[in-house]
Amino acid sequence: MEILMAIVIGILFMTATYLMLSKSLLRIIVGTGLLSHGAHLLILTMGGLKRGSAPILGGNAENYTDPLPQALILTAIVISFGVTAFFLVLAYRSYQELGTDNVEEMRGTEQND
Amino acid sequence: MSYLHLAILAPLLLSIFMPFFYKRFHLIHTGWFVLPLPILLFLYFLSFIPITSTQKTVTESFNWIPSLGINFVAKVDGLGLLFALLITGIGALVVLYSIYYLAKNKEKLNTFYVYLLLFMGAMLGVVLSDNLIVMYAFWELTSFSSFLLIGFWYEREKSCYGAQKSMLITVFGGLAMLGGIILLYIMTGTFSMTEIMSQPNEIFHHDLFIPALLCILLGAFTKSAQFPFYIWLPDAMEAPTPVSAYLHSATMVKAGIYLVARFTPIFGESSVWFWLVAGVGLITLCWGSIFAVKQTDLKAILAFSTVSQLGLIMSLLGVGAFALHYEGLDDNIFTAATTAAVFHLINHATFKGSLFMAAGIVDHETGTRDIRKLGGLIHFMPITFTISMIGAFSMAGLPPFNGFLSKEMFFTAMVRVTEMNMFHLETWGISFPVLAWLASIFTFVYSMILVFKTFTGKFQPEKLDKKPHEAPIGMLISPIILVSLVIIFGIFPNLLSDSLISPAMAAILPSLLHAREAFEVHISFWHGPTIELFMTIGVIIMGLILYKTYPKWQKIFKVIPEKLSLNHVYDQTIKGSQTAANKLTNMYMNGSIRTYLVYIFAFLITLLTITLMWKKAFKLDSGNVSFIGVYEWVLAILVVVGSISILFVKSRMTSIILLGAVGYTVSLFYIVFRAPDLALTQLVIETISVALFLVCFYHLPKLRKFETRMRFKLTNALISLGVGSVVTAIALSAHSHKLFSSISQYYVENTYEKAAGKNMVNVILVDFRGFDTLFEITVLAIASLGIYGMIKLRLNRGKE
Repeated sequence: MEILMAIVIGILFMTATYLMLSKSLLRIIVGTGLLSHGAHLLILTMGGLKRGSAPILGGNAENYTDPLPQALILTAIVISFGVTAFFLVLAYRSYQELGTDNVEEMRGTEQND
Repeated sequence: MSYLHLAILAPLLLSIFMPFFYKRFHLIHTGWFVLPLPILLFLYFLSFIPITSTQKTVTESFNWIPSLGINFVAKVDGLGLLFALLITGIGALVVLYSIYYLAKNKEKLNTFYVYLLLFMGAMLGVVLSDNLIVMYAFWELTSFSSFLLIGFWYEREKSCYGAQKSMLITVFGGLAMLGGIILLYIMTGTFSMTEIMSQPNEIFHHDLFIPALLCILLGAFTKSAQFPFYIWLPDAMEAPTPVSAYLHSATMVKAGIYLVARFTPIFGESSVWFWLVAGVGLITLCWGSIFAVKQTDLKAILAFSTVSQLGLIMSLLGVGAFALHYEGLDDNIFTAATTAAVFHLINHATFKGSLFMAAGIVDHETGTRDIRKLGGLIHFMPITFTISMIGAFSMAGLPPFNGFLSKEMFFTAMVRVTEMNMFHLETWGISFPVLAWLASIFTFVYSMILVFKTFTGKFQPEKLDKKPHEAPIGMLISPIILVSLVIIFGIFPNLLSDSLISPAMAAILPSLLHAREAFEVHISFWHGPTIELFMTIGVIIMGLILYKTYPKWQKIFKVIPEKLSLNHVYDQTIKGSQTAANKLTNMYMNGSIRTYLVYIFAFLITLLTITLMWKKAFKLDSGNVSFIGVYEWVLAILVVVGSISILFVKSRMTSIILLGAVGYTVSLFYIVFRAPDLALTQLVIETISVALFLVCFYHLPKLRKFETRMRFKLTNALISLGVGSVVTAIALSAHSHKLFSSISQYYVENTYEKAAGKNMVNVILVDFRGFDTLFEITVLAIASLGIYGMIKLRLNRGKE
């Protein structure tokens, strides 16, 4: 399972990178979204997959899955959500001000040099 | 802190009060407030002569950074004292001269004297510091204050150019010297000059000996304007003339001479030292004297002559180091070379100082320094003429002035080199007297040009801005004192022998002296009919012929094209490095995010791949993996298909929905992998994110409707493929190298026992690792405030 997951994560990283190298700001943001999915899944996979029941006491399970990576991912999800939301609104505002979503056109003016 | 420290720092302390004097007593020339200090210091340093002439030294130390071995140790020995007297003595004369030279109401006198005092203090610090790091600090302060003084008239472009050039070259050498100092520290473990001197053998046989030698010499050569670093000195002539007289003839340019003399006991026995110091000195001597003839500006002639004379002193110090190959003082013919070096050092300061001051007077009274415009000034300025003539004749090496004596001694030393049979001198030695003789002829020629083109010949009033007349007496005092010294030292050469020259030599060649022994310095006026005398006669005859025929052969300088000159090389290097740096930066900093991302990703891929290969870290262990069910297969295929199809869709909306689909599949993965909290959060957040995406990209008013498919780019494809495979490879290797088991057993056991909760993930988030959560909340708060600010804050709305 881990080998399959490693390949899936690799494909997520690959598509994310390809999108981030594109010109459209939207595609770059979509790329970062895919990249964070890949990273979260990577943390989970590296913690080991399916070694017991969900990490909630009470049932008479003999062993549990590792709770630590899950806590780390939860933090990471929230943070990447905050950053993505900020990034989205930034993109939205730059559309409004600059009228373009092409990052090749966002090079700064002569005065900014 | 002793009186000696106070004496070194006194100019720096006084400089603080200069602006005050300037503002408060603006009716009195600020220079009068400076003048007492160098005089007092000169008298103070005179009081050390009885101590140093008995081969004793005075050492005072003051802790600065004791833990690093950097202490302000002031040490007065013969060499340091000689320089200190030169600095303060000529300093006093220059200050006096500058009082009459610089107009009270036109010039910014406060800054001038601040810079001058800074320089004076720094120079005293250089020659009197025993600790090399302290010496280096003062050394850079001399470069810095010299930079300020050259650029004193900063509204002139040439001043700024000259200041920048001298700064770049001397600081380059200064940094090399710092490297040499650090190498010496590595070899000996101390920054103290005295302690380094005490272990010459360890240094001589150390691997770092040659690098240290080269670094120190680079510092000395750049500061003392030796070939090929002399080019800054002629451009430094844009400084006010008192500055040229003080810094660029008598003191700062001799800092390199001081350095070479100081390090002779350590490096002197090596053949590299001899060839570099003597060889470069001789080349500089010839080169400077030949190019001085070409110049038409009085100060430029003097600048090249300074270069040439510094080369002479340098070559004498190089030859003087031969004395170290003899045991003791008996029959040691090469100590005479060192005597000549020290003697000429003093002589040069006297005649060059007076010549600069005379040139300044000519400039001041006629408005030009161009010898093509000058002529016949002898009738207007008889005193200045006398001063210039004595100075120039001394420079040319004519009797009865002091330059004659040091030139004779110089010839003696150079002729003696041919008698040596080491360092390949049996074949190359003959070039020494020949080059020396050649240079002396040109020295004679430019000295004559300097005097006679200016003061004799046809008077051309139409070319002059002012009507020339003799300078005020105040301006003449300093050069008169200096030329009197030229004559006094010429007629009574042994006046300084025991008091200054012998102790200075004891500092340069300490290993030759046994206890209570001193160098016997006896400079005689008449040697009898020796080879040196015939050389001098030859110089005079050849010099006269060349001077008379100068208009005929001056075209020879045009044979050498301007492009081959060192100034051209320097300018091209500066310009070339600027354009090259510009081109390089423009090449990789093209302003496109995509390019930078390509660099970053390519670097990441290369670094990780190389590390994986080099460490042979890639490993695939399938024994540790868990079983794959049908359900997982389906989810994996969904994620892969979803993410890949984002690359191919045309519409923005479709790609957002596909991203959402991938997100929901990921939350299904969390369910399969037994992570209920993650699944919940992921579902909620994915929903909000997709909604946000849709809001942002649907309601955009200005969004242009060009919905195109992404164009395929091979670089992008290769790079993303590389990133994906590297991540997979690292994930597989990391999973196959389990080094130790997880600490999670602790959480499993203690979640209920210690933290009173049953949901382990939540207990970790708020209890075991609650700090993470606190700052993750902060992140969300900042993000929301930022979004609010971005939407609400429109600072340039009013402008449009």
